This record gives sequence, structure tokens and C-alpha cells, in this order.
Amino acid sequence: MHLILFILFAGLCLAGALNLLLQKHPINSALSLIVVMTSLAVLYLMLGAEFLAAAQVIVYAGAIMVLFTFVVMLLNAGKEDRTLGSFASWSVGFPAVAVILAVVASIILKTQGLGDAALGDKVTSTEQLSAVLFKELVLPFEVTSVLVLIAILGAVALARRGDGEVRKDGK
Amino acid sequence: MIPISWYLLLSAALFCMGVTGFLIKRNLITVFMSIELMLNAVNLSFVAFAHQWNPVKGQIFVFFVMMVAAAEAAVGLAIIIAVFRARATLAVDQIDLMKL
Repeated sequence: MHLILFILFAGLCLAGALNLLLQKHPINSALSLIVVMTSLAVLYLMLGAEFLAAAQVIVYAGAIMVLFTFVVMLLNAGKEDRTLGSFASWSVGFPAVAVILAVVASIILKTQGLGDAALGDKVTSTEQLSAVLFKELVLPFEVTSVLVLIAILGAVALARRGDGEVRKDGK
Repeated sequence: MIPISWYLLLSAALFCMGVTGFLIKRNLITVFMSIELMLNAVNLSFVAFAHQWNPVKGQIFVFFVMMVAAAEAAVGLAIIIAVFRARATLAVDQIDLMKL
């Protein structure tokens, strides 16, 4: 059961990521990224992270991807002209990706004692998580809220029309 | 029983696909989506390691990464809108000056 779930959602993850690379239209890429994020939420749930699975669906698949599709539609982004990467990416980028993947995979496969994950063991409840978050780590939490506030202000300041620009209809 | 190493391998594969997308995509928005894919891949390995060693603090770390990613997405998309307004294009090959 656990194995079937893992293979199903890991396969969905990889297929979605591959589809993101192959699609030409940004809106198709955005939708396949939603597939990746939602199946990652299921994988989090299988690893016993209940709260993170919910947050992944709400924050990533919900908020961030809505923002992405909104911007794709707002800017009327059409099909991109496909290139297969520049000279720099062929000479440095892709070999580096292959080397990183090979090194990381060999390290992971060689490491002993990584252990197993069974369905339903070590489930971390939201209660346990918030007990640590709001007592021990309350300062980083508040700092993060300030960061998000600054990000909102920055986004508004960047996206609004500057003073020097004149709208086309003269207003 | 699924070995934790499978989750880590999946995470490494997703990360490398994100890097590949960053290299081959020519649209500013899809390049940004590839960055989000890389962030998600790293989050998966955080959760896998958290399951193994310290569930609570590892998951809180992922929570902070999510918050920072949300802030980054908001600011990044605002920058994309500003660039589009100045250049009227989303092709990364034509956006090659720092000055707007």
C-alpha cells in the first residue's frame, strides 16, 4: 500500500516536473507545477508531516501558483520560442547538473543507516509543532512576519506605476 | 516500508530538473517557476531528514522556507511586472541590461 502510494505520487511529481520542462506555453507549465506541488503534499503526509502537507497545498498550490497564473494571464504571455540552451549552458550548465546528480545520488546510495519510513509512524501533530514554534522559536517567527510585511510593501512599490510614467489615455 | 533514500533521490532528481529548466527556458515566468521547483525539491529532503532525526524542528525549518518562498514569489512577480512594463517582453535573451 505504502509502496504503491509512493510510486504513484513520486511518478506524478517527476511527470509534472518533466511536463514543466517540455511545455511551451507558460500556463501549461504553471498547471504542471501545481501537480508537482500537490503530489509533494501527499509525500509530506506519508512522511508524517500533517501541518506541512496542509501548508503546502494552501501556500504553494493555492497562493503562490494563483499568483503565477494571475501574472501569466495579466502579461498575456504567449508561447516561448524554444531554444535548447546557450553555449554556456551546454559547456558548463548541463555537465554541472549531471555531476551534481551523480555525486548526490552516489552519496545517498552509499550512506548507511538512513532508515525507513512506514505509513503512520512518527506523525508530528500541529499541536507539537506550534508548541515549539510559539515558545522556543517565537523570535524567528516574528522576524519572518516582518519579512513578509516588507515583501508585501516591496511588491506594491515595485508593481505600481511610477510617478514619471503617463498612462496611454492621458490620465 | 520505504527507505528514506528514495525520498532523497526523488528530491535530487526534482532539483536537477529545476536547474535544467532554469537553463533551457527562455520565458522569465517559467524560469521563475523552475526556481520554485528547486525550492520544493529541497523542502522534500528537509522533510525526509526531519522524519529521520528531529521531526519538530526540521518541519519548522520547512515552514520558514515556505514563508520566505512566498515572500520571494510576491517580490519576484512584482519585478517581472515592472520589467514587462519597461521592456514589453518576457524573453530573457532580450532583458540583458540591469537598467530598466
